[in-house]
Amino acid sequence: MGDTIDLKADSVLDVKGLCCPMPVVKAKKAIGTIEVGQVLEIIGTDAGSKGDMPAWAKRAGHEFLGMTEEEGSEVFHFFVKRGK
Amino acid sequence: MADSLAIIATKGTLDMAYPPLILASTAVSMDMEAAIFFTLYGINILDKKKFANLKVAPLANPAMPMPVPNIVGAIPGMTAMATKMMKDMIKKISWPTVPELLEICHEGGVKLWPCQPTMDMMGIRPEDLIPEAEPAIGAAAYLEYASQASVTLAF
Repeated sequence: MGDTIDLKADSVLDVKGLCCPMPVVKAKKAIGTIEVGQVLEIIGTDAGSKGDMPAWAKRAGHEFLGMTEEEGSEVFHFFVKRGK
Repeated sequence: MADSLAIIATKGTLDMAYPPLILASTAVSMDMEAAIFFTLYGINILDKKKFANLKVAPLANPAMPMPVPNIVGAIPGMTAMATKMMKDMIKKISWPTVPELLEICHEGGVKLWPCQPTMDMMGIRPEDLIPEAEPAIGAAAYLEYASQASVTLAF
């Protein structure tokens, strides 16, 4: 994890300002709108999502590709590839 | 059977409505199955007349952010004040309301089971409950589901 990830997302979900459980609830809906193999980028501010997003992706059968953090801004970008 | 979550909700206060609803809505978002068995005061969370106006109890609640001595908590108006404080905190973190969380649970396929003996005891009829509630069940039906569940919790 770090700033070396250079990923192109097929769809972007903005959940800034929302906290658990809403980022995961909305990510579940959003990933249903892209094709298998495509990448969803989730942009949020909930620090708990750093643990929640990989856990959600793993359990729901998707691939967690990684995350980046905007320096000093507490904004996180999560990249998840739809697996099924 | 997919991984599944079985929860018992026994409390009918605003604060204690959140943990079961958050965990169940998250579970179905993770492609798990989930059910909540609403028993005793937990039935309030499904009660049409109450679910949107659940309260926080200031009495005997030393864990509140601003603890209220019991003798003060007993004064009329303190329940409303404690409830307002909690609602302000909920708003601050943009949490969904209880009705919104119930809708998310229902949409995601969480089974919302009222407890039959609770309904009998409190004189609650099926039509007193929100339409998202399933038909009431008893302990055996809940346990049958819970015995197959991978996670069971009680609040």
